[in-house]
Amino acid sequence: MKTEHTPFHPRWYRPRVPVFWWLRRRSYLLFVLRELSSVFVAWFVVFLLLLVNAVAQGPEDYRRFLDWSATPGMLLLNVVALCFILLHAVTWLFTLSPHAMVVRLRGRRLPPAAIGAGNLVAWMLASALAAFLILG
Amino acid sequence: MADRIILRVTRYRPESDTEPTTQEHEIPLRKEWSVLDGLNHIKDHLDGTLSYRWSCRMGVCGSCGMTVNGEPKLTCATFLGDYAPGPVRVEPLSNFPVVRDLVVDIGDFMRKLPRVKPWLIRSEQEPPAAGEYPQLPAEREEYEQFSMCINCMLCYAACPVYALDEEFLGPAAIALAQRYNLDSRDQGASERTDVLSAAEGIWACTFVGECSAVCPKDVDPAGAIQRYKFTAAMDSLKALLLPRGAR
Repeated sequence: MKTEHTPFHPRWYRPRVPVFWWLRRRSYLLFVLRELSSVFVAWFVVFLLLLVNAVAQGPEDYRRFLDWSATPGMLLLNVVALCFILLHAVTWLFTLSPHAMVVRLRGRRLPPAAIGAGNLVAWMLASALAAFLILG
Repeated sequence: MADRIILRVTRYRPESDTEPTTQEHEIPLRKEWSVLDGLNHIKDHLDGTLSYRWSCRMGVCGSCGMTVNGEPKLTCATFLGDYAPGPVRVEPLSNFPVVRDLVVDIGDFMRKLPRVKPWLIRSEQEPPAAGEYPQLPAEREEYEQFSMCINCMLCYAACPVYALDEEFLGPAAIALAQRYNLDSRDQGASERTDVLSAAEGIWACTFVGECSAVCPKDVDPAGAIQRYKFTAAMDSLKALLLPRGAR
């Protein structure tokens, strides 16, 4: 959309994009929330690094880290972060990668839904392994 | 079903208006009438000054894209009966400058399209006497979906990235580049890389997905872009890790 006018259309009308354009459609809102989710992905990385650091420092620091994590403010932050991480993960596993990946089975291309289902199974297995390692 | 419906049509007369206005017309509501038929009725019987584009009336030419009740639609494939009892709002496509009434200028797309070289590129052109380039049905299937694009611009009208960043190459241009990249007869993928892999190419896309949702031909431009992101990322990785001969 170059802004120069041609002699034939000297008076184009160009509507401005409204500030709240992202509230106009559910998909736009989801997109903006997904962009925002990267902040929470970064926060989880920082949180994990702090945890690793606390573990490395010894039991005293680890206990202090756990107490800090259990404060209402931190709990609220992490619950919100978890919701955003889930939105992020669901987008990647079930919407993006089934469209981006071309998987062939016996020469035939698998439909996106099958790839999404495969991702779900892989996710469940990874979660089961994590649960086994932590709880088992 | 009521036998009449109101069409609220956007009017913009550049010689006298500073911004668009809305005109209401009551038209017959017939089961088989599309929104385009309604506009044609207005043009033929109520107000001959209304301007809009159309040609084939059967979802092939891609001329009659407009915004119907807020959604980008091909008006020839959108039926008035589905909007009964109305009113039905008909506006020009979003994200393009309006020339007059429902006509938008798509010059921006026309300038961008040739940049992705949407034609078969051969490293060495063979003379016509050498015969055609054969292709298996399975090879055709690889790109067939992307070849269905009719350049109707609904994907650009639905794309918020294009609305905010006019430099974005856009969904249809990238899908059409993939149409040739995935064609077994084409050898020009590397010539399209620079334009496609630029910041205003595939990487500007944030996967909103609306382009694929509104596409009347199931081209799935969002899928084409994500696929090319994967290809481009793998190519960059190979260029970084592998010696030149092994790429």
